Amino acid sequence: MTPDCRLCRIDLKNVGVRRGDEEVLKNVNMHIHCGELTVLIGQNGAGKTTLIRALLGEIPCSGEIRHEDGNGKLMPHLRKGYVPQQLDFDRDMPVTVLDLMAASLSHRPVWTGVSTATRRKVEACLRRVHADQLISRPLGCCSGGEIQRVLLALAMEPVPDLLVLDEPISGVDENGQRLFLDTVNELRFGKHMAILMVSHDLKLVRDYADRVVLLDREVLVQGPPAIVFGSDAFAQVFAQRKERAPIWK
Amino acid sequence: MEMIDHVIEVLLPFEALRFDFMKHALLAILLLTPLLGLLGTMAVNKQMAFFSDALGHSALTGIGLGIVLGLRSDLVAMLLFGVIWALVIIAVRHGAQASADTVISVCSSTSVALGLLILSRGGGFAKYSSLLIGDVLAVTPQDLLYLLLALMAGVVLWMYVYNGLLITSINEALARSRSVKTRLLECVFAVLVALAVMLSIRWVGMMLINALLILPAAAARNIARSSRQHAVWSVVFAMVSGIAGLFSAYAWNTSAGAAIVLYAAAIFAATLALKKRIKG
Repeated sequence: MTPDCRLCRIDLKNVGVRRGDEEVLKNVNMHIHCGELTVLIGQNGAGKTTLIRALLGEIPCSGEIRHEDGNGKLMPHLRKGYVPQQLDFDRDMPVTVLDLMAASLSHRPVWTGVSTATRRKVEACLRRVHADQLISRPLGCCSGGEIQRVLLALAMEPVPDLLVLDEPISGVDENGQRLFLDTVNELRFGKHMAILMVSHDLKLVRDYADRVVLLDREVLVQGPPAIVFGSDAFAQVFAQRKERAPIWK
Repeated sequence: MEMIDHVIEVLLPFEALRFDFMKHALLAILLLTPLLGLLGTMAVNKQMAFFSDALGHSALTGIGLGIVLGLRSDLVAMLLFGVIWALVIIAVRHGAQASADTVISVCSSTSVALGLLILSRGGGFAKYSSLLIGDVLAVTPQDLLYLLLALMAGVVLWMYVYNGLLITSINEALARSRSVKTRLLECVFAVLVALAVMLSIRWVGMMLINALLILPAAAARNIARSSRQHAVWSVVFAMVSGIAGLFSAYAWNTSAGAAIVLYAAAIFAATLALKKRIKG
């Protein structure tokens, strides 16, 4: 473990989520390790975002979610960073990247201005994801990939134990996707944090993931990409896509 | 108060300001417009223009229920009902399986109908008709004190909740992940708007109050690139419209509320024309 890393692993035991009478998730057993990129895959409606929301503590769930440090001790408070799906926001809103970051990182209301100390902090955060040139740009003028990097910079401050990325690169062009995932990789190796990502892009999952979890309300199969992509469950879930484009081979 | 009146006479030696009611009206505008300008920026960002309009209309119901419940002060009745009604609209909007504008429209019509039903009983609505267009020249020194306290309290609370509201207006899931209490802040904002609207209604009028909240902020949005520019321009536009409207109304012997809103509308049109040049 590096000094930045407090967490060692997150264990999910028989995690389930109900919405009314419907069982959205059941018997989810999996673990997420620090220093690893774990990717959740599955069809729409498979419960990926629900699992993320349960992990973030946004919705109640049954079963057990344990956070352990390097000595096997339970960690009551886990620092979590979150990058949402492609931001759906009003692009005409007069808000700069600095406004968004400063509003998140300081108590001073941004309409009264931003202190020099906060500006330096924001610059450092953006530099971490190679986006410092965006600091004064209105959010509505940033491309999808640039906004996702800004959100990644935000999720990294304070440095989280668990970084959750919910389809962060859908709708971003391929260059932007690679740039984003390369940055995530840098952070993973530099900070040794646990990263959980939801993605539909199986080609990128194959290239970047350490572990893959195939979900369809429960865990169908999990392990290294090669094992998951070669499984019968994977072939069954993605049968139609396999005929169209065998991108995982 | 006399000292303030004297200072105004010395600093602004205009003919119109010889009268105390004009001095008081000017002070009321200088106190009200910055608060409305600030709150308006978020009302526009959160696309809540219809919400604040519905709140303004509910003033009638507040007064009506105040009479039924035996409250002495119309203002207290309006403030109480405005706050409760704002929270009811927010709760219904989150709970109902209907779009926000439908819910707000239903709430607005219901409150107006209920207010009219109570106030028009026995044909006595005429005495409340001044609420519709307002009268800023009727401001008393005591009103000014209340407005000053409201401005101070409003700005302090606004400083406290602004950052969280800004992140929420960009993306709610992102705000929740930053431990922002999104629902609580939405309620605080709704209450702040309700208080500002109800406090201003007697001076600006029920039909125009929403325009004064929304137009300066919407005009500022046309030319602002950052949150700070948005707030500064919105407050400047609200104050300029307020002062210009007041003096024009004096000169033309017409409703101040209407003149103020027309100035704000003209500023909006001008900024809209400049939008492409400034924001690209």
